[in-house]
Amino acid sequence: MAGKDATDSAGNGDGVMRTADGTPLKVSLQRALRRQRRRTFFLVVPLLVFILFSFVFPILNMLTRSIENPQLQDIMPNSLAALEAWDGEQLPDEAVFAALAADFQTGYKEKTIGKVGKRLNYEKSGMRGLFNKTGRKISRVEGGPWKPQFIDIDKRWGETDVFTLMRQNAAPYTHSYYLAAIDLTRNLDDEIVAQPQERRIYVPLFLRTFGISLLIAALTLALGFPIAYLMANLPLRYANLLMILVLLPFWTSLLVRTTSWIVLLQSQGVLNDLLVWTGVIDDDNRVQMIYNMTGTIVAMTHILLPFMVLPLYSVMRTVPPSYMRAARSLGANQFVAFVRIYLPQTIPGISAGTILVFILAIGYYITPALVGGQSGQLISNIIAYHMQDSLNWGLAGALGSILLLSVLVLFGLYSRVIGIRGLKFG
Amino acid sequence: MKQAKTIGALALAGMGASLILGGAGIAKAQEQEFTAVSWGGAYSASQDKAYIQPYMQENPHVKINFEDYGGGLAEVRAQAEAGNVTWDLVDVVMSDALTGCDEGLFLEVDFDAELAAGADGTSPTQDFLAESQLSPCFIPQIAYSTTFGYRTDMVDTPPSSIKAVFDLERWPGKRALEKRPQYNLEWALMADGVAKEDVYDVLATPEGVDRAFAKLDTIKDQVLWWDAGAQPPQMLADGEVVMASAYNGRLFAAIEENKQPIAMMWDAQALDLDGWAIPAGGENIEAVMEFVYYATDTQRLADQAKYISYGPLRYSSLPLVSTHAELGIDMAPHMPTKYADQGFWTDFDFWADNSDELQERFNAWLVQ
Repeated sequence: MAGKDATDSAGNGDGVMRTADGTPLKVSLQRALRRQRRRTFFLVVPLLVFILFSFVFPILNMLTRSIENPQLQDIMPNSLAALEAWDGEQLPDEAVFAALAADFQTGYKEKTIGKVGKRLNYEKSGMRGLFNKTGRKISRVEGGPWKPQFIDIDKRWGETDVFTLMRQNAAPYTHSYYLAAIDLTRNLDDEIVAQPQERRIYVPLFLRTFGISLLIAALTLALGFPIAYLMANLPLRYANLLMILVLLPFWTSLLVRTTSWIVLLQSQGVLNDLLVWTGVIDDDNRVQMIYNMTGTIVAMTHILLPFMVLPLYSVMRTVPPSYMRAARSLGANQFVAFVRIYLPQTIPGISAGTILVFILAIGYYITPALVGGQSGQLISNIIAYHMQDSLNWGLAGALGSILLLSVLVLFGLYSRVIGIRGLKFG
Repeated sequence: MKQAKTIGALALAGMGASLILGGAGIAKAQEQEFTAVSWGGAYSASQDKAYIQPYMQENPHVKINFEDYGGGLAEVRAQAEAGNVTWDLVDVVMSDALTGCDEGLFLEVDFDAELAAGADGTSPTQDFLAESQLSPCFIPQIAYSTTFGYRTDMVDTPPSSIKAVFDLERWPGKRALEKRPQYNLEWALMADGVAKEDVYDVLATPEGVDRAFAKLDTIKDQVLWWDAGAQPPQMLADGEVVMASAYNGRLFAAIEENKQPIAMMWDAQALDLDGWAIPAGGENIEAVMEFVYYATDTQRLADQAKYISYGPLRYSSLPLVSTHAELGIDMAPHMPTKYADQGFWTDFDFWADNSDELQERFNAWLVQ
């Protein structure tokens, strides 16, 4: 060591700046910076872990669920192997039925056969009942020949449809949830076709959700812009009062605000009573303002308004009033000065508010559920239905992924057109 | 000799130790704790008063954590998939019990071996209503029904048949229906003249489904759709609708407890079932079984009817149904099971098979 030090000090003439212990200053500085960076990193580790578990992992989980298809592979391996040799035209032979019987008997004993039935029921109604019934009955049968006994249990085993369906859903991954999520289906000839008219539901709902969200973003902008402007330009005393008025509903429970709208808007409600009392409408023609699309739009616009006002306000406060005065003094009238000087400077706030409200509105759930009635339902209500009631998590995952993807695409488009750098959330 | 003595002493010491340890072990095994979940609100309160509190008083070593949930199997399935079953006992409707049983989420129960016999000694399979024994995973508690309530001050003649719901000329005004195809399709067919016992046969055909939707079309623009059980009594109380389908217990509360000008129509009531299910893979199954044995015996089920107007699913409980604990009114006339003849039992297998398709069609129909 001593010898090394000696050589180092001997090479002192090379012009490199060194610290007291002889290491070059550059190296020492880098080391210090690295240490600092490491410390910063350790500080954000809890957040990173939290995001990983509460955000990244669930989303990945949702994505995998939307393509996973393990049921037939895991529970009916013998039947799938036997079906590989099947020509798809004639009814399969005894070997296939024997394999089926083996799978059904283990599946019934281990209580897994219901999962296969449930999976196939997504493709064709009635499969759940067929598989449960067959499992129950075939478990009591001692031995073959199996084919006539299956057909005896249910005549659907005497047709090729069930076998085609089984073969179609044999792969461990499937795109059938995504097909279902855009109102398509695969028929027994393996062609992708549109669902019958009366079952097309998801595409119209997606379009409606985007439409309503856009409308709400526009409405909150129209309503929020003047409020934010007022708050930014009034003396602080009044501005603070206004701010409290904006924040008060923001702090109130979502459910309370939604229910208050029911009280106000229902046909025996405050607003209708007022209209009848003033004679604008008569008692028999009260206006239906809730439990429909109107109710959803009104309630959601009100609830999301603060998310527009706050970013707008924070941007407007930074716009110096002298610019407007300068524009006026240079000959622009009030309107021109507003459009060409003031408005462009508030774009970051407008962008942030619009994106925030739009994205929040797309995922809105409880308000449309309570005040939406039949015409005010959004896609999230259907996703919740598939998560909780029908337990079709594959379809819920596919719908969720499509929603996520379309939001990302819209966000990308938006940043292309308006520029993400201008974004300012407050 | 000396050796034998030593061994004897050791054995004695050992016995003493094992006695002490064993004693501690027994005391420890008796400390039981498990989690039961139910629907919350008035329903959970009735269960709490009728058998959860009494059970914990009679068995001080047992602690039941009684929690609320919003229904559905999402949480049960998530716990099963994560291999971390923290709900030991779940209150479910029959359709969820069937789905959960298909998926292997719930344990099967041998009624005669694991549940209490009726007070008169009848075996459980004889004592429980036959309709409530469709699934071996479902331990029956009560029958509830979805039936119609109407505003007494907004109708000239009280409606007495399901046809009234679809008759806009004699009973004009808005109606509230639940936003799902179940029951609404059945009612539409009944109002269209299909006999109750044939409803599911007709509904199993594509023409039958078309017919039901066509009948619903006739009142579509006069219907408000509800999601949560609390909504329809509120809509009736607000005068928002003339008649509404609602859970009979909610209507009972609106009529008898809140004294609203509402009356009930039992015709074509849709009877449904609620009971316990035991998630597979829990760690306290023995303790849970002991509790379930107690909580579903004749007296306990009859006691529950003191607090809520849902009908116990044991024949032997029916004569024991007494008066409401707070209002003092006789509860027997408010049990939906009393009017079972006027109503119909949901065909759970039909809905398990067809709800995927009919739900989509119903939603598409709503959007049109």
